[in-house]
Amino acid sequence: MTYRQAKYPEPLVFELSQSEREGGFFNPEIEEIPEIPPKLRRERLNLPRLSEPEVVRHYVRLSQMNFGIESGLYPLGSCTMKYNPRACEDFSALPQVRDIHPLQDASTVQGALEILYRLERMLAEIGGVKRVCLQPAAGAHGELLGMLLVRAYFKDIGENRTEVVIPDSAHGTNFASAAMAGFRVVVIPSNSTGRVDVEALRAAVSDRTAAFMLTNPNTLGLFEHEIKEIASILHDAGALLYYDGANLNGIMGKTRPGDMGFDIVHFNLHKTFSTPHGGGGPGAGPVGVSEKLEPYLPVPIIQYDEDKDKYWLDYNRPKSIGKIRSFFGNFAVLVKAYAYLLMMGASGLKEATEVAVLNANYLKEKLRRIPGFEVRYDPEAPCKHEFVLSAEPLKRETGVTARDVAKRLLDFGFHAPTYYFPPIVPEALMIEPTETEPKEELDRFVDAMKQIAEEARRDPETLKRAPFSTSVSRIDEVRASRRPILSWKQFVRLRK
Amino acid sequence: MGHRFVPNSFLLKEMLKELGIDSVDELFRDIPPEFRTDRLNLSPPLSEQETLWHLRRVLSKNRYQGEIPIFLGGGCWFHYVPAHVKYITQRGEFLTAYTPYQSEASQGLLQALFEYQSLVAELIGLEVVNASMYDWATALGEAALMSCRVTGRRRFLVPHFISPERRSVLQNYCEGIGMRVDEINQDPNSGQIDLDHLRNVLSEDVAGVYIENPSYLGFLEEQVDEISDLTHRAGALFIVGVNPISLALFKPPGEYGADMVVGEGQPLGQSPSFGGPSLGIFACRNDMKLVRQMPGRLIGMASTLDGDERAFCMVLQTREQHIRRERATSNVCSNEALCAIAAAAYLASMGPEGLKTVASISMANAHYLMKRLAEIEGLDAPAFHAFHFNEFVLRRVDGGTMRDFNQKLLQENIHGGHILVSEFPELGESELICSTEVHSKRDLDRFVEAAGKIMEGKK
Amino acid sequence: MKKIGLVVNPIAGMGGSVGLKGTDGPEVLQKATELGAKPVAPQRAVRLLRALTPVRHKFELLTYPKDMGENECIEAEFPAHVVGKLDSEKTTAADTKRAVCEFLDKNCELIVVVGGDGTLRDVFDVVNTETPLVAVPAGVKMHSGAFSTDPEAAAETLMKFLWDELPLREAEVMDVDEEACREGRVSARLYGYVLVPYEPRLVQGSKLASLEAEEEFEQQRAIARYVVEQMEPEVVYLLGPGTTTRAIAEQLGEDKTLLGVDAVLNKKIIARDLNEKQILDLIRDKAAKIVVSPIGGQGFVFGRGNQQFSPKVIRRVGLRNILVVATMHKLSGLRALRVDTGDPELDQQLRGFMRVISDYGRTQMMRVE
Repeated sequence: MTYRQAKYPEPLVFELSQSEREGGFFNPEIEEIPEIPPKLRRERLNLPRLSEPEVVRHYVRLSQMNFGIESGLYPLGSCTMKYNPRACEDFSALPQVRDIHPLQDASTVQGALEILYRLERMLAEIGGVKRVCLQPAAGAHGELLGMLLVRAYFKDIGENRTEVVIPDSAHGTNFASAAMAGFRVVVIPSNSTGRVDVEALRAAVSDRTAAFMLTNPNTLGLFEHEIKEIASILHDAGALLYYDGANLNGIMGKTRPGDMGFDIVHFNLHKTFSTPHGGGGPGAGPVGVSEKLEPYLPVPIIQYDEDKDKYWLDYNRPKSIGKIRSFFGNFAVLVKAYAYLLMMGASGLKEATEVAVLNANYLKEKLRRIPGFEVRYDPEAPCKHEFVLSAEPLKRETGVTARDVAKRLLDFGFHAPTYYFPPIVPEALMIEPTETEPKEELDRFVDAMKQIAEEARRDPETLKRAPFSTSVSRIDEVRASRRPILSWKQFVRLRK
Repeated sequence: MGHRFVPNSFLLKEMLKELGIDSVDELFRDIPPEFRTDRLNLSPPLSEQETLWHLRRVLSKNRYQGEIPIFLGGGCWFHYVPAHVKYITQRGEFLTAYTPYQSEASQGLLQALFEYQSLVAELIGLEVVNASMYDWATALGEAALMSCRVTGRRRFLVPHFISPERRSVLQNYCEGIGMRVDEINQDPNSGQIDLDHLRNVLSEDVAGVYIENPSYLGFLEEQVDEISDLTHRAGALFIVGVNPISLALFKPPGEYGADMVVGEGQPLGQSPSFGGPSLGIFACRNDMKLVRQMPGRLIGMASTLDGDERAFCMVLQTREQHIRRERATSNVCSNEALCAIAAAAYLASMGPEGLKTVASISMANAHYLMKRLAEIEGLDAPAFHAFHFNEFVLRRVDGGTMRDFNQKLLQENIHGGHILVSEFPELGESELICSTEVHSKRDLDRFVEAAGKIMEGKK
Repeated sequence: MKKIGLVVNPIAGMGGSVGLKGTDGPEVLQKATELGAKPVAPQRAVRLLRALTPVRHKFELLTYPKDMGENECIEAEFPAHVVGKLDSEKTTAADTKRAVCEFLDKNCELIVVVGGDGTLRDVFDVVNTETPLVAVPAGVKMHSGAFSTDPEAAAETLMKFLWDELPLREAEVMDVDEEACREGRVSARLYGYVLVPYEPRLVQGSKLASLEAEEEFEQQRAIARYVVEQMEPEVVYLLGPGTTTRAIAEQLGEDKTLLGVDAVLNKKIIARDLNEKQILDLIRDKAAKIVVSPIGGQGFVFGRGNQQFSPKVIRRVGLRNILVVATMHKLSGLRALRVDTGDPELDQQLRGFMRVISDYGRTQMMRVE
C-alpha cells in the first residue's frame, strides 16, 4: 500500500461560475431601500455565481488536496503540530461564544470575561509570571508586543536603550519583531554545543542593551542550562530577558520561564495549547510579564471584583501602551486553549511534555544512527521536544539534500520537517514529533527515513524529482516569484 | 494511566528502555534543580463532558445575538454565516494544517487562499491582496509602515472620526520607527473631510493619507476623488479603510485612486466571537514598487517544474521575516488563513446578487431604524448629514444619558448601540447604532417601541 | 553533461615548508627545490578528486597534461580528458594561463584551480567575467577570498554546482608582493574579483536560490545605508578596500577606488587611494573612523590587502572607532576574524569580540583570533 493524496483538476471559482446561477440566502422584509447617490454607487461587481452544492463540492475537493494533522504525522520543527481536540471546536461554536459582540455591556458578557480571566491565571501559572495579555493574534504579534513593552519600560524609567541581543539560532521573527519596534539587533554566535556563547553575550551586553530574546529550549531542542548566568548578565546590566514561547512544549510543567528569570514570557496557544493552526492562523500569542512590566500592558486588563462576583474591564491604566489589536484578541481561539487546559489539567500538561520529549529523543536516537544523517551539536545530550538532524553526510555522499529528503517524505504520507533552519546547521531537518503521535507512527517515520537514505544511494536522480504522491509534483516557485500572478483579476488582464 | 491525547504514555517504560534510561526525568537532567517545578497549581484533568458542563455554566452568563437583538457594530458586525461556510472551515485538512510551506502537499489551501485574494480583489477593485492580516487595526498599522517604506517619509494622516482602538493600534505600530500620526479635520455637520485642512497638513513629509469609507460613524465620504488627487499631488499614498460588505453597493476604492486598501473581513463568513478571530484585509495597486513592500503572505499562480500543470505557491517570500529577518517588510507569520478561506467560501456562495442583498437589507434596516428613532421626541438621528450605510450616530438631546438609555433597553432584552460619550465628547450623549440582516423587522420595531417608552419616561 | 576544467599548479605552495613566501619566479623555485621543498598542490588535487569520486560520471572533466592535472587524475583513478600539451618539464604561469584559455575554448562551465594566490592571479588575468571558479588552496599565502577552505569543501561546492544552479558572487583575488614579503614586509594586494559559486543561506520551505543571488547585493546596500545614516559630521571616514565599502561610497553617490583606502568627510570623498603617510596627515587634527571589511577567505580585518591601516593609523584613530562591515553570507563562511597588523601588542588589544555590521540595524558579535 502506498500513500496517494487526492488530485482533482479543480478550476477556480471564477471558472466554475455560470451566468444565471445564484446563491440567494435572504428575503428582505423592509421594502424601502434607500437610494444611493449616483456618485457613491457601484456599477459592476464581478463575483462568481455558483449554487450551494457546487461551492461545497469545490471546497471539499480542495480540502482533500491538503495535508493537516488529522491526515498524518506533521513533524514540523518549532511548530508543535499536535492533535487538536475536536471537542474544542464544538465548545467554541456555542452561540454564547460565537454570537457575542466585543462592545457589549460588561454585564452581558460575564461568562466571556470569566473565561479570559481564568485563562490568564492559568497561563500566568504555567509561565511563572504576574499577568498575561491575551490580545496578540499570533506568535510574531506577541513578540512585537513584548518589544513594545520593553520600549515603554525604558522610556518610562528614562533610559535610552537601543539594542536587542538575539542568538544566531533564533527564530527569524525575533529579528523582525525587534526591528519593527525600532531596536537595533546585535547577533551573538552559538557555542560549540549549540547553546548561547556566554562570553559573546557578555561582550555584547552594555548599557545600550534593552533586552535579550531567547528561546529555551532553543531551536536545536537543547536546554540553555546556563540560563541563570545568562539572566544575571542581563539583569546586572539593567536589561530585560524575553522568552520566545515557541518551544514551551519541551518544558511545560517541568520548569517555568518566570522562575528562570525571564521578565517577558510569550506563549503560542496554536502550538503548545493545541488550538488548530488553520493553515496559517488564526493563532494566539499571549504575552506574560513580571511585576515591573505590568503597568505597561495593553488595555483593558480584566479584573475580578470578589465582593460583587463581577468581572470588569480596567481601562484606567495611565502607563499602558494602549492597544496592540482591536478588542480582546482571538477570543474563539482563547476558548479552545482554555478548554484544552481544563481537559489536560496539571498532570496532563506535565505528561504531555514528558512524552513529547521522550518521542523526540526516541526519534533522535533512531534517526542519527541511519548512515547519512547526524546530529551536529551535543548529540549525546538529551534533546527536549525537538532536535535538528543534519543531512550533510548524505548530501556529501549522494548529492541528495535536506530539501529532497523532506519532499520525499511527503510520498510516505508524512508532512515534511522544517528544513534549512536553524541556519547554523548545514542541511538541517528540524523534527518535532509532539506527544500525540503513537510509537507505531514514529517507527514508520524512521523506516521511511531509512528507505530514503537507501534511495539516495541507489537512485538519487529519481529522488530529486520527489514528491510523486502529492496532488502536484514540484512547483516552479522561482518563476512564480519572478512574474507573480496574485489574483484572478490580474490573471485575466495578463491573458488578454 | 495516561491521558487520552497522549498515546505513548503506556509505552513509557518500553521506550525508555530502548533509549537505555530508567526514568523520564533523566531527559530533563539538564534543567538546573533550582528551576524545576514539581507541580503546577492547576486543577486535575476534566473529562470532555465535565469541560462542557463547566463551559455551559460559565457561558450561561453571556447574552448573545439571537437570544436578544444586539445593535452593535463599530468594526465588528453580526452577519448571518451560512452553515456550509462553517462546515468548510471545519474540514480537518484545512483546520489542522500549518502554513503551506510544502506547496505540493498544500494545493487545496493555496488555491483557496488564491481565491480569497481574487475575490477580495474584485470587491475592492485592486489587483493585489495578501493572504490576510490579523484584523483591520493591525492592517492599518502595517499600511502606515508600508507607506513609510515606499515613500521614505514619516508622517501619516488619519481622519478625526476613527475608532480610538484602531488609532491606538496604529500609534503602537508607528512607535518603533518614529512615525508621527496626525489628524485631518472633518466637518462637524457632515463628517466630510475638510479639504482645506487636508491641503494645509499635506506637507512633503506625509507618507500616507488614510480615510475610512464608510467611516467609523457610518457615513460615506463623497469627496474621494478630491482627496485622492490632493494626496497624490503631494507624493503621498492614498489608503482607504472599508467594511467589505458595503462594497456590494458602493464604489470600490480601486475606482477612486486608492493605492492601498485595508479593512475588516470578519463580516465575510465569520461570527463576531467577542471580536476575534477577525480578518485583516490588505490590498495594494499592482505596482511592483508597492507589492515588494507588502507585508504578509502572498499566494501566486504557478506551474509545476515538469510541465504546464497549474499549481499555487507562496511567492515573493524574500520579503518575509523567515528569510529577511530584521530587514523583512513585517514580522507577520501566522495570519488568519482559515478566516480567509471562510471569506472565500462566503463570497463564492453569495455571488454578486447575494452580497448585494445582504448589504441592502443591512442598509435598509439601519435607515428604517434611523428614521423611526428620529421621530421620537428627545432623540436625534443621524448626527451627520451625509449618506449612511448600515451604521449611524443616535443622539439623545433631552438631558438624559445614553448609559441610562442602554440600561433600560437591556431590561427590555435589547442591546443598544455603542456609547460614544468618552470617545467623541463633542457629539454629546450619543451612540453608534448598527443593523444588519440578522435583525428581523420585529427586532427593529421592538427597539423603536422600547426607545419610545424610555424617552416618554414610561420606563 | 557539464564540462569542468581542472588545472593544477604543481609547484604552488612549495616555498612554505622551507620558509619562503611563495614560489613566484624560476629562481625562487630553484631555491625552494634546493632547500628540499616537496610539492603540495598535487596531493591537494588528489584529495579533491577522491572527494568527487561518487559523482565522477556526472560531468566531464577536462584537464592539462602531466602534473598539471593528468597525473593527479591517474592517481585518484578519476576519468578525465586531457587537453593541450606541455613543452617543458618546468611549468610556468604561462602554462596555467594557456590551460584556462583552452578550457574556455572547449566551453567549460566551471574551472577548478589548485594553487595559491599567484596561481589565482594568473587565472584572473585570462578568465572571462562569466565563468565561475572553484579554487582549491595549495599555496603558501592564500589571502584570496575566492579560495575554498579545503579540497573537500571545494568538492562540495562543485557538487552543488552540478546539482543546483548555484548563484555566483564576486570574491577577492589577492596576492602578496613576494619580493617585499621575503624581505619581511607583508604587503598583500587586492588584484580584483572573480566569480565563484556559493550556496546562499537556504530558506525554509522553498527553493529560492536564484532570488537569493540578489540578496548579497542588497545586503551590501543595506549595510551602506545604515553606515551612511550613522555618519557624523566633521569626522573623517577612512573606507578600506572591498565591495562592501565600495557600496558605502555608492550610497553617497561617489566612486570609490576598489583596492585603495579613500577618505570621506561630511558625506563626500575628499581623498582617494591614500597611503599610510597621507592618512596620518589627513587625520592629524580631525576625529576619524576606519571602515573595513574582512578581506579574503581567512577573515583578516587588518594586515591583508589594507596595510595602509598601519598600527600607527589604527592607534591614532582609536580602537573604538573601527567599524567592521560584512554581509551575513561572508560572515557565515568565517569561524572568526583575524588581525595581523604587524604589531603584536595592538593585535592583542584587538582580540576578543568585535562587532560587525552585517545588515541594516544589525551587528553581529564575532570572535577575533
